[in-house]
Amino acid sequence: MIAELGLAALWLAAALAFLQMVAGALALRTGPDGEIAQISRPSAVVQGTLALVSFLALLYVFAVTDLSVELVAANSHSMKPWIYKVSGAWGNHEGSMLLWVTVMALSGALIALVEKRLPERTMQATLAAQGFVALGFYAFLLLSSNPFARLEPAAAEGLGLNPLLQDIGLALHPPTLYLGYVGLSVAFSFAVGALITREVTPDFARVMRPWVLVAWVFLTLGITAGSYWAYYELGWGGWWFWDPVENASLMPWLAATALLHSVSVLASRDALRVWTIMLGVVAFSMSMVGTFLVRSGILTSVHAFAVDPERGTFILFLLAIYIGGALLLFALRASTIAEGKRFAVASREGALVVNNVMLSAILAIVLLGTLYPLLTEAFDVRVSVGPPYFNPVSAIFAIPMFAIMAVGPLLRWRRDRWGRIGKEVVLIGALLIAGLTAIGLLADIAFLPLLGLAFALTLGIASFLPLRGRRLLKTPLATWGMVIAHFGIAVALFGMASESAFSTERLAALQAGQDTTVGPWRVRLAAVEPQAGPNWTALAGRMVVRYEGDAPVEIAPMARSFWAPAQQTTESELVTRWNGQLYAVLGGEAQDGRWQIRLWWKPFVTFIWYGGGLIALGGVLSLIGRVVGDIKRRRVRRRVDERREDAEAFA
Amino acid sequence: MSALKPKHQRLVLVVLALIALVAAGLLAGYALRNQASYFYLPEQMRDDPPAVGQAVRLGGMVEPGSLMTLSDGVTIDFAVTGRENSRIPVRFSGIVPDLFVEGSGVVAEGRLGPDGIFVADNLLAKHDENYVPRELEGMSEHQAAEMAEETTVGLE
Amino acid sequence: MNWRLWFPIAAFTGFLAVAAYSLSQPKDDFVRSAMIGEKLPYFELPSAVEGRPSVTSANFADGRPRLLNIWASWCLPCIAEAPQLAELERRGADIVGIAIRDKPEDIAAFLDEHGNPYSSIGRDDVSEVQLGIGSSGVPETFVIDGDGVITYQHIGDVRAPDVPVLLEELRKAGA
Repeated sequence: MIAELGLAALWLAAALAFLQMVAGALALRTGPDGEIAQISRPSAVVQGTLALVSFLALLYVFAVTDLSVELVAANSHSMKPWIYKVSGAWGNHEGSMLLWVTVMALSGALIALVEKRLPERTMQATLAAQGFVALGFYAFLLLSSNPFARLEPAAAEGLGLNPLLQDIGLALHPPTLYLGYVGLSVAFSFAVGALITREVTPDFARVMRPWVLVAWVFLTLGITAGSYWAYYELGWGGWWFWDPVENASLMPWLAATALLHSVSVLASRDALRVWTIMLGVVAFSMSMVGTFLVRSGILTSVHAFAVDPERGTFILFLLAIYIGGALLLFALRASTIAEGKRFAVASREGALVVNNVMLSAILAIVLLGTLYPLLTEAFDVRVSVGPPYFNPVSAIFAIPMFAIMAVGPLLRWRRDRWGRIGKEVVLIGALLIAGLTAIGLLADIAFLPLLGLAFALTLGIASFLPLRGRRLLKTPLATWGMVIAHFGIAVALFGMASESAFSTERLAALQAGQDTTVGPWRVRLAAVEPQAGPNWTALAGRMVVRYEGDAPVEIAPMARSFWAPAQQTTESELVTRWNGQLYAVLGGEAQDGRWQIRLWWKPFVTFIWYGGGLIALGGVLSLIGRVVGDIKRRRVRRRVDERREDAEAFA
Repeated sequence: MSALKPKHQRLVLVVLALIALVAAGLLAGYALRNQASYFYLPEQMRDDPPAVGQAVRLGGMVEPGSLMTLSDGVTIDFAVTGRENSRIPVRFSGIVPDLFVEGSGVVAEGRLGPDGIFVADNLLAKHDENYVPRELEGMSEHQAAEMAEETTVGLE
Repeated sequence: MNWRLWFPIAAFTGFLAVAAYSLSQPKDDFVRSAMIGEKLPYFELPSAVEGRPSVTSANFADGRPRLLNIWASWCLPCIAEAPQLAELERRGADIVGIAIRDKPEDIAAFLDEHGNPYSSIGRDDVSEVQLGIGSSGVPETFVIDGDGVITYQHIGDVRAPDVPVLLEELRKAGA
């Protein structure tokens, strides 16, 4: 019954999305005061409510493990812990798509309810675009992946007791990325709306900015968490593999970062109009392209995913309509958008343009690298593209970007002289050169990590320079957000560079009782013991590890064998100190009774994820600052209006 | 710079942006040609070996009876075989994937040494229910089925 | 009209073309058995149901072609194919089941609920026979001719359109 209710709500929501699209489009002709224009906002709100009802219905059937629903039977199990039952609702293709449209519909409802700053015509066009995008996803769900399909007869028990999927990180990771993608879809709708009415104004940028920020924060968190998950779960000691699935989440982030900076220029200086629109389209395309690459299975990845060429075709079709349509509109309309304000090369805008260009270049490099195997396969040549390509080539553009990042925030808007910030530029340059020479002389490391370390040091200090001479408590929250996010980049860069420069690895075959060392650690294999869990057996390598002069710690990395389904995994074990992590993996038994163990000492590797957290925190601060500012401004405006009305009434 | 007219300054930025993007494209194209690691079947590697030291991948079956652990306990030698009696010796230091056994399919990432031994940095042995590594599509059905036998577990 | 503005859509069209081409390439992810045309390997399995005969490879060489169905009570698609198997049995096919990694009580419960189209059922607790005949998943259905030679493999659950195909294969195998 509940499942049917959910399905009915979903169909109704799709119908309302259609209504919203048609009403918005017709309102463009009849004008914003026509009767038809009164329809689109309410239908967006009702559509959001219905999508939410549908998603709650799905949560309910998963919570009570209704095995007559095919999706539940295939992905859940009555014995699962409660939290994984519920998170199982979006841990599969159908459910995750439903989550996606629900969040999208709720965002649509939110803008329909509160957004009054834009000209009504642009708003109608935006809602029409939103309805159009949503309609595609509803069609996808209802026609090819109905989450509420019944199973006749009902299953006796579910199939989803796969312990590998019972992981809190895995429960939270996909929705985080999806929230990011949805934020970009809202930005896309705004961009299309503004393109239709040619009203690309600072107001438009201010309306779009919070959505870009939200998307960017969630993408940052998603990438950070995903990278840590791959790091501890795969047992290979790496934190980024340039795998297609990882690139699929990195590309929207790069585009969103560029968009975030260009939308700021548009909001405060009314420049970069066409470029911002373009990035709005590109950012959403990247999230769709990413979804397509991951779900269609046309690229091989180390991350296992349920793939289905049929779904791939559907997503490609949606991609073609949305992005192709938007780009066509762009090609036809963009030349008629009035040119924005001009600015000098030496200005904040100039620096942000350079930042945007560099980010786009890196995006192009990642995109080309990811798609290259697809291209060569058309000519029957099989290749894989990995770190030897991505690392140096993207660094060529990342390095100048870091340099601009250090200096740019110090420049003034519109026009500036380098002489004015001469002292700071000299300081930054001196720091960089001192860092390069000092680290280069002290440690014998490769060139890229050396550059990374020097830039991390420089950026770490330079990111706080914009606060100089300001009263810290009066500084706007958004500025703090920028400072912290830039500092986060420095921290993450430091972690990446020192991980690649200073990591040491030890691969050894030990008998129980034997010792080995890795970096400053001494590791003794105490014993290898069998262990048993609820649905696995394992060999656990009990090790006593000791950091120079510290108390010994006992760890036990395992090689686990699961049954139902039969599967083997290595459970790595980490010992975290403030200055790095020890990473231990137990391998197989060598013929002579020795055990293979693999150890890494990775100095400051944790800074990569601390940095990611800081970047996201910066985004959150900035978002709070902007939203609070908007609310205050709105209140002030209302009060001014009230006074004026009062004054008119008196007169 | 500031002596330029605004119109010119705008042009400078547009040209800079175009140059950077075109450079990115060209650079990517150039680097992809050199850095992409090509996939070889054993018979291809025998007939037309890659340059010594170039990162490539080698996929085939682990020859039964060829697997040998060296005295350090962590280095293994084995041979990967393909069609037409081709056979490439491989050396790998590290922890082997769980389902890596003689007779199973494997994709080895690494480079060919001057002595003709393929030194692997990484071994991939994927083992899903109906999964054959995509690169092994070129293998004969019999080999693929043989591999599936070794690497398949009874699932839904 | 500004020609530069057409760059993005041109690049995007290129991407679409490549992606559509890759998708259209046939991709057969099924692992076909290498045993088709070969004789069944020797095996002897205990019966999964009390009072029924055990299942051995010798049973298949009595001149009568049969269907060999690889299934399990824990397998969801096996529930979905139960009506089609019943239909096959009704139309005269002799179906031998092999239950993979299963328990007798679960098997009994499954047969109670979804019917029993099998003439006999063997228990393959370690997937010995399954791997021996080149099956990589559950469910799969094989056609075995009267000499015990595998002539046809069907991968996945048997759907309604597959029923005539299987009957035709049985006929070809000499029924």
